[in-house]
Amino acid sequence: MPSLTLLGQSLLSGIFIGALYGLLGLGLSLSWGMLRQINLAHFALAFLGAYLTYQLSSVAGWDPLATLVLILPCFFAFGALMHWLFARFSITPFNSLLVTFGLTVMIESLIQSIWTADPRRLDSAYGALRFKIGALYVPFPELMTLVLAATLSIFAWAGLRYTDLGKAMRAAAEDAPIAAAFGVNERMLSLVLSGLAAAFAGVAGLCLALSFTLAPSQIYSWVGVVFAAVMIGGLGNPLGPIVAGIVIGVSESITMAVTAPTWAPLVSFSLLIVVLLVRAEKI
Amino acid sequence: MKPQRRALAFAGALLALGVAMQAAAAPSGKPIRIGSTLALTGPLSGTAIIHKITGEIYVELLNKKNGLLGRPVEWVLKDDQSKPDLARTLYEQLITVDKVDLIIGPYATPNIISAMGVAQRYGKVLVHHTMGIPSLAKYDMQFPAWSVGPNPETTVPNTVFDALAATPKAPKTIAIVTSKFPSVYLMSKGAQEVARKRGLKELLFLEWEFGNRDYGPIANRVKDAKPDFVWVGAIGLEGNELLDAMKKIDYKPPLHFYMYPAPGPLAKLPEANGALAASIFEQHPPYTNNPVAAEFVKIYNERAAKAGLADNSVETQAAASFSTWQVLETAINATKGLNDKAIAQWLKKNQVDTIQGRLRFDKTNNYGDDLMRVKQVQNGRWVTVWPKEWAAPGAKLITP
Repeated sequence: MPSLTLLGQSLLSGIFIGALYGLLGLGLSLSWGMLRQINLAHFALAFLGAYLTYQLSSVAGWDPLATLVLILPCFFAFGALMHWLFARFSITPFNSLLVTFGLTVMIESLIQSIWTADPRRLDSAYGALRFKIGALYVPFPELMTLVLAATLSIFAWAGLRYTDLGKAMRAAAEDAPIAAAFGVNERMLSLVLSGLAAAFAGVAGLCLALSFTLAPSQIYSWVGVVFAAVMIGGLGNPLGPIVAGIVIGVSESITMAVTAPTWAPLVSFSLLIVVLLVRAEKI
Repeated sequence: MKPQRRALAFAGALLALGVAMQAAAAPSGKPIRIGSTLALTGPLSGTAIIHKITGEIYVELLNKKNGLLGRPVEWVLKDDQSKPDLARTLYEQLITVDKVDLIIGPYATPNIISAMGVAQRYGKVLVHHTMGIPSLAKYDMQFPAWSVGPNPETTVPNTVFDALAATPKAPKTIAIVTSKFPSVYLMSKGAQEVARKRGLKELLFLEWEFGNRDYGPIANRVKDAKPDFVWVGAIGLEGNELLDAMKKIDYKPPLHFYMYPAPGPLAKLPEANGALAASIFEQHPPYTNNPVAAEFVKIYNERAAKAGLADNSVETQAAASFSTWQVLETAINATKGLNDKAIAQWLKKNQVDTIQGRLRFDKTNNYGDDLMRVKQVQNGRWVTVWPKEWAAPGAKLITP
């Protein structure tokens, strides 16, 4: 019988890993739901962001959080450029899957050629920080991931719901020609949205670098579960990935605490199947 | 002849003799082409680069001497992208299109098994580096250069438990946590069986799928079980990830062993101080008392640094790779030819001195002795601690 401490710590672990699923899924969900781009390269971008954080912190001596000052604008520009190219060549949603898969392989090769396939670990003061609440430990990098994921998700949700810019984006996503007829510059908004999605990948990269050992091949190990979080959360819904991510993360963690860890990967996909059966029309 | 002219003539003669001697030592003629694949890209590339650097050094040293049978050696290397199916195709290509004279093994176990199938089909001898499941090596002309014996799942855990039993605080309870990566899983299941036979109380046995991302719950369960000793069946970075997760909940296992870790990154982790692993070679005496090993270590350290590897030291992977080439060179020189069957016959009947020790191939599936020893991270570097005759000078297994 697992102890209460074990269950409590596993619950916390689940919330933290779920927040990272949500953060990785946020940009993916927005670009898939609102731009009709199934952007597999989002994962590669997040890892590129993680490696850049590693490089700037380990070699140039930057504070890991300060790296966002450089990474966010660069990634925003990259995301916007990528969408411009997609629009320029009229890439369909299905083809975007293929094109971004190719882009993923290219980014992986780039990472490998610069940092080699050897594992890299960012040693920062944040890594050793942790808080103790009763018998439970709360590591700072994971807590920061949760705070960032929640903040960005709420920011994106509120922005889309309450600002004119957000309303225009939603209108363009719903029916671009009609939105354009009402004076919405759909092309410009798409570029902004794609840029934001890529910038979110940069933030996820920071969190990955602070909590995980990096290796280029690990790009692919996040794809399945984050896709599940995005689909369960609902495409284009900014709060969906973090909620679904935490549900998946907690389910996996508790499964690992009370049964064999090998059962954990089944949880996310079982949940996905259930959601697809029960509320497919909402996705 | 005037004295000055005599001196000049003497110098000229010496020079000519030197040139002639050098010409005799330098390999000449049609190169002997040895083909192989390595995982130059993909998930196994982090380790395969070690085999690439080692192979390049060996061929370079070989050609600086007299090559093989007086002929230069050319290594035809292809990238199998860490994919066993591609390795199979490329070995076919090496034999039928590139028409290489000989082949050597790829990295790692699944790719070696693929190459073995092709070698068997064409009757080629196959010396390979690091095959983790000896029972799958059924081809009678394959020869393992990583000397782990035919039953490493029993012999390696026994060596580890012998080392622990010799310490003042021998563990009485054990937790086994393991990846389901085949070669690691085999060893962990073996460790479970051996631990039972030796009377250790098993508090926990957990498995996870290779590629698991979240080690937090596993760390929580190990902490909750409070074992004296943790056997971690972790390949590559999995051990680092688990230790990271343990650090986050302020837990450090009293004694912990890692099967097939990424050696450099693990040694550099502060929480890994005291961690144990198995090895056939570490770059300290008595291994480096062998001048061939010492020369290789020196060159490898430089090349690995130049290639930007996180860890530049020679350990199991590089030593097994170097031994592969040593086995092949010795057999070719002994048989004075490139005949696969003759080479295989010779290897079955003879022993080969390598930098990891003397290898023999006369037990089940051409395996020989288990030369795995126990090493420990001490002050950020690996040192062999067991058996005593292979321990680094002054080193002994440190227990908490």
